[in-house]
Amino acid sequence: MKKSFLFISCDEAKHICDKVQYDEASSWEQFKLRLRLMYCHITKKYSNKNKKLSETIEKSKVQCLKTEELKKLQSQFDKELAKQQQDQ
Amino acid sequence: MPKHQINPNNWVKSYSDYLFNYTITRVNSREIAQDLISETFLAGLKSMKNFKGEASERTWLISILKRKIIDHYRKINSNKGKAEVRMSYNSDTDTEGDWLEERVADASDKTAEDHLVNSELGDAIYDCLGKLPEKQADVFKMKTILGYDTETICNDLDITASNLWVIIHRARTALAECMEDNWYK
Repeated sequence: MKKSFLFISCDEAKHICDKVQYDEASSWEQFKLRLRLMYCHITKKYSNKNKKLSETIEKSKVQCLKTEELKKLQSQFDKELAKQQQDQ
Repeated sequence: MPKHQINPNNWVKSYSDYLFNYTITRVNSREIAQDLISETFLAGLKSMKNFKGEASERTWLISILKRKIIDHYRKINSNKGKAEVRMSYNSDTDTEGDWLEERVADASDKTAEDHLVNSELGDAIYDCLGKLPEKQADVFKMKTILGYDTETICNDLDITASNLWVIIHRARTALAECMEDNWYK
């Protein structure tokens, strides 16, 4: 068995950790991450901070405009801005 | 020389999400929130000469928005009847005297406190998002706050999935550090 097959780098572990926050890591990726978490304190630290950030965002219930809503707002504003600059 | 400069060309891109987050918790309707933000920007355009530069653009726009929200409530309240407040007491003699504890334990205090903390937390998150490069902030908002799937974001922004995850990683690392400095401590 090749070492790299099971034992991933710190960077790859962080990448999988990010995907876990969005439920997009495969079972195999999650397994490799859990293995790394057993012995790498850097990965463990990153994982804890990542989870904390996700929990904070979830708790805050923060919201933002959807892409199409933002485009509509920008379009309306641009028309008004152009009108105002024309009037000056 | 005023401390802050005014530049309406950046308003929508720089402040819409912040203003939206502020408004949506107060009006509970996306359409109404967007209308109020649009009115705020237009009012801001009309009164640009009143901007003294002592407060930031965002603070100035929020003060306009607050008045718009108050006006909105005045309009809708005029169509509502007066609310009736009913106090119900349990007249059962076994629980007589318990009414005092029932009145003192006011659950709404906890709700108001939670609302205040969430509002300040939202401000802290947006302050940190404001420090990110534009693309990182956009991708993070689309993925984390709006919950768009990877394919949608990649098509919208013309990036690959690998690019997306690199951007997400950088955004999350920066945000976590910023929140550590500005909120968790």
